[in-house]
Amino acid sequence: MKTVFVTVGTTKFDQLIESITSPENILKDRGYERLVLQVGKGSVLPTADSCPHISLEAYRFKSSIAEDIERSDLVISHAGAGSCLETLGAGKPLLVVVNDTLMDNHQLELARQLYVDSHLLYCTCRYEKCLLSVIPSFLLENVIPMQDNCTLNQPLLLLIIPFLLHV
Amino acid sequence: KMALLVGLSALSFLLMLVSFRLYVVLKAGRNCPFRAKESFAVVIVAGSGGHTSEVLRLTGSLSSAFSPRYYVVADTDRMSEEKISTFENSRGESTSQFSICQIPRSREVHQSWSSSVVSTLKSFCSSLPLMFRIRPDMVLCNGPGTCVPLCVAALLLGILGIKKVVIVYVESVCRVHTLSLTGKILYSLSDYFFVQWPSLRDKYPKSIFLGRIV
Repeated sequence: MKTVFVTVGTTKFDQLIESITSPENILKDRGYERLVLQVGKGSVLPTADSCPHISLEAYRFKSSIAEDIERSDLVISHAGAGSCLETLGAGKPLLVVVNDTLMDNHQLELARQLYVDSHLLYCTCRYEKCLLSVIPSFLLENVIPMQDNCTLNQPLLLLIIPFLLHV
Repeated sequence: KMALLVGLSALSFLLMLVSFRLYVVLKAGRNCPFRAKESFAVVIVAGSGGHTSEVLRLTGSLSSAFSPRYYVVADTDRMSEEKISTFENSRGESTSQFSICQIPRSREVHQSWSSSVVSTLKSFCSSLPLMFRIRPDMVLCNGPGTCVPLCVAALLLGILGIKKVVIVYVESVCRVHTLSLTGKILYSLSDYFFVQWPSLRDKYPKSIFLGRIV
């Protein structure tokens, strides 16, 4: 089943959740059949029947979202560093919707840079319009997969290298 | 009047002594005797949400020699504790040695400057006994406000000659062009200061850049 996973981290992002569960559902038109929502501190926790056209699961928090990312075909995230890196690390297409009600959100810097490097798609504008316009043109072919961690294959060495150099 | 003068000179002597020790401790960072030991006690500063996920990714690349691991979380943060436990259990080490300690949060997002100072002092008061009890070999942090009182406490261990604690600061991967406030403070106080984007390396010559390491 083609699945979309939406994650908002530890904060709340009601507008994204509302727009993604709205009746005129673009996801269904794009062939997605299942929707998993992580709504955080959001004011509503949508029930399974609140979205008749698509199979829906919603929860507030999990200690790890790795499994939900792994099972999805598209991830929509609020620009949190953890979810961005985890999603791209798992090789899943990522759409970042920026929460413009959060002032001075420094996590945006990362999303913006990853967008500049063509790893993800990202929109700052009013997401209702944005989502509707971006997802249909979501061309996975245009996104460059992100390199794993860094140039060295053994990241565990990284933090020890300086010690080795100077001891 | 005499007493005041004596007091003042004692104070300035103390200040000189402290700054001399601070200098020695900061210089010593690069030559500290790391190889003599088999395992290193690490204090890992987990902040809230995003910082915790990131520092756990970082910890995931530490070898098992870095143990025991003491995670410090803000006392208002339930989610981080769960994340840490899940992460530690998934490491699959037979003898997983870790514990989670709580200290008062030093700064909430959008908290005003004046009240930040008060709450930072408060969290310093609980950082101090924590550091004196653990006496870690290394502190690993990536930017939440709680790093500052903990690192100052760690420096104090060195200043008092109790233990040289190596401070490793890894600026959050979210910081592409500018350092966080915590980063700016700890730039000169840390032994190893990592940045993860080239534009920061160019601005801060003391920093170490090895690409993205989370």
